[in-house]
Amino acid sequence: MSTPAAASGKPQARADQPKPAGGKEKIAIGDRFRLWWNSLSRPTQWAVGVPFIILLALLPVVRPPGISTVGTDFGGVMAQFGMIALIAIGLNVVVGQTGLLDLGYVGFYAVGAYTVGLLTSPDSPWNQTGDGGWLSAKWAWLAVLPIAVAITAISGLILGTPTLRLRGDYLAIVTLGFGEIVRLLADNLDTLTRGGQGLSQVAYPRLGESDTAMNGVFAAGYSNGGNINNGVWWFWLSLLLIVLVLLGVGNLERSRVGRSWVAIREDEDAAEIMGVPTFRFKLWAFVIGAGIGGLSGALYAGQVQFVVPTNFNVINSMLFLCAVVLGGQGNKLGVILGAFIVVYLPNYFLGRTEFLWWNINGNAIADYKYLFFGLALIVLMIFRPQGLIPVRQKLMTYGRQIWLAARGKRTKFDDNPAGSDKPGSTAAAEVSR
Amino acid sequence: MSFLALSSGPLLSNDVISFDIANLGRSFFQSTLDGLEWGAIYALVAVGYTLVYGVLRLINFAHSEVFMAGMFGQYAALMALGFTPNGNAYNEGPVMTILYLGIAMLAGMAVSCVVAVSLERVAYRPLRKRSAPPLVFLITAIGASFVLQEFVHFVLPNLTGQTLGGVNAQQPIKLVNREELFSVGDGSVSNLTLILVLSALVLTGITDIIVNRTKFGRGIRAVAQDPTTATLMGVSRERVIMLTFAIGGILAGAAALLYTLKIPNGIIFNGGFILGIKAFSAAVLGGIGNLRGALLGGLILGVAENWGQYIFGNNWKDVIAFALLVLVLMFRPTGILGEKLGRARA
Repeated sequence: MSTPAAASGKPQARADQPKPAGGKEKIAIGDRFRLWWNSLSRPTQWAVGVPFIILLALLPVVRPPGISTVGTDFGGVMAQFGMIALIAIGLNVVVGQTGLLDLGYVGFYAVGAYTVGLLTSPDSPWNQTGDGGWLSAKWAWLAVLPIAVAITAISGLILGTPTLRLRGDYLAIVTLGFGEIVRLLADNLDTLTRGGQGLSQVAYPRLGESDTAMNGVFAAGYSNGGNINNGVWWFWLSLLLIVLVLLGVGNLERSRVGRSWVAIREDEDAAEIMGVPTFRFKLWAFVIGAGIGGLSGALYAGQVQFVVPTNFNVINSMLFLCAVVLGGQGNKLGVILGAFIVVYLPNYFLGRTEFLWWNINGNAIADYKYLFFGLALIVLMIFRPQGLIPVRQKLMTYGRQIWLAARGKRTKFDDNPAGSDKPGSTAAAEVSR
Repeated sequence: MSFLALSSGPLLSNDVISFDIANLGRSFFQSTLDGLEWGAIYALVAVGYTLVYGVLRLINFAHSEVFMAGMFGQYAALMALGFTPNGNAYNEGPVMTILYLGIAMLAGMAVSCVVAVSLERVAYRPLRKRSAPPLVFLITAIGASFVLQEFVHFVLPNLTGQTLGGVNAQQPIKLVNREELFSVGDGSVSNLTLILVLSALVLTGITDIIVNRTKFGRGIRAVAQDPTTATLMGVSRERVIMLTFAIGGILAGAAALLYTLKIPNGIIFNGGFILGIKAFSAAVLGGIGNLRGALLGGLILGVAENWGQYIFGNNWKDVIAFALLVLVLMFRPTGILGEKLGRARA
């Protein structure tokens, strides 16, 4: 029965300064941010968080020249960021919290998007928006949203039940296979999904329909002359969903479920011995993660109003995972930052003629965006392997800290005590059962 | 109401998935031979995954790009030898063809080997020094994969005057035409079948001998078993790791040549990706960390997906491959032969 404020980490418990893995005594910005954020009380966190979210929501309206993208619409980029942030939060439950490596997360994204597509696109044989369907044209998207989440969660259950007995890299490759199978099914079942042609005219929220905006503010191509185009509206919608999902996931994290997840991540065998029903909680993580992925997929389907299999290939899974690891696995705010980087960085270079003071042909630099992105990944991983804003919710570290504090010694330890000289020793060594 | 209408709807009235087992029966030998050809390529690439995994417990996701580099390497070597890509097969006579193929293969091997080793040096070694967690290696591998692909996609054409790399696949340089040598049942064994399958068998055999019989191999096994003890016993861990990447790269280079023999116009910057995933699946299927498992897994995957292709249709080839992987892992969680590299005899 702990209050959220107590469970989210009291300042004195985090008073010990963590040492970055590089061996420097200096605290990196991400760590400092996390320490500061965790030292705030719950109301203060809200007091800081809400204005920040409002500022973030205003960003695509103001479009500051240095930050806004040149070659592509900034509102669209922010909408994309919102979706990937949702995905990153969902994947973080699976990878960051529970420590299950999921390489096929795009499969859930696809299931969510295709559920919306199949139920609301006129191209689909299961379309329910036309004559005889049970969806009204106005509310179709909103009505289908929970269905998409539910179906995706069920698909997570179906995938998880047989495969979650596998560990480490085997789970990784099986989920990778699942992601590919979903895409290939979407490609091959062309009587249902029209294969590579895709499903067009997917439903979207019909909000704010007027004479100037015939199809409402969420319709593709709505701009109304100003900065507030449909991308910005989608971004706002996804921000709202992000806050809701964050509240839900945050509460789960601080509950018995969340503690079980962390226990499974740190040491699955020990957790099992201590009476944590590991399989059930792993399945929960999978199902919840899948549901959030499906939510994002439904959002995506509504925004682009078009679903096609090529949008769901494995590379996207990798990008999602990059967002999680880059931002700091296990940290909800970290993964959102990671999602921002993954989406924003490639788009930033589109159409730019110069980078800082450096003159480069705009098209060339846009071509190189993934090259830079890859390089950035490598460099970031070398210099900050724990992610930009990493989590420090290591139970074993905690216990050790308490033990040393009880004996009156100052503690000082590494941020990742599990990463010994053998890479992969934590997860992969357990595989050979 | 509309749910009831489903029964007369397109899902059940049309064939969503056609199922034609007789088709497999009609061309059983042909599909098996085809599958063996694919399996040979998978097996060679899978060895690279399996060795690195056995030693480092790392899924080297950039290995598919090592393979891709090999394709461009052998292609560049053939261009340097004076072949111009024209889509027609050259007729150079058997001796010269074998010589040219040998040179191309060596070039492919060299390029792949260099790429694999420098990948280890630039991307993985700094992480090992910092004892990063496993997922970080994976992300770095993904980053490296992006870098290598995009290098070939955009940078290489500028460096080579638009002759290599770029958005489109390379015009094929064909040295060997597929010619039937003899037939088994309904299948024809062609010269390519023999080249592919024999090369795979010989190369994995040599690798198996190196790993299991030589001093280098003993070092590899020792590090796979217990890096700390191996270091104490005087095995240079860094050297073993470099050697492992080198062997994996060399076999990927060989696989690259074989692949271009089979699919002449498959030389493209992202041509290695799906193949790499399948080869990794093959390695897992056979039991990752296990050399013979890689060969077995590759061949089984190749044959099974080709059978599936004949039963369900062309589009379902990849689905079969991944479904097979999931099924096998559910019933045998460590693959068909199990993990072994570390546990091999001393």
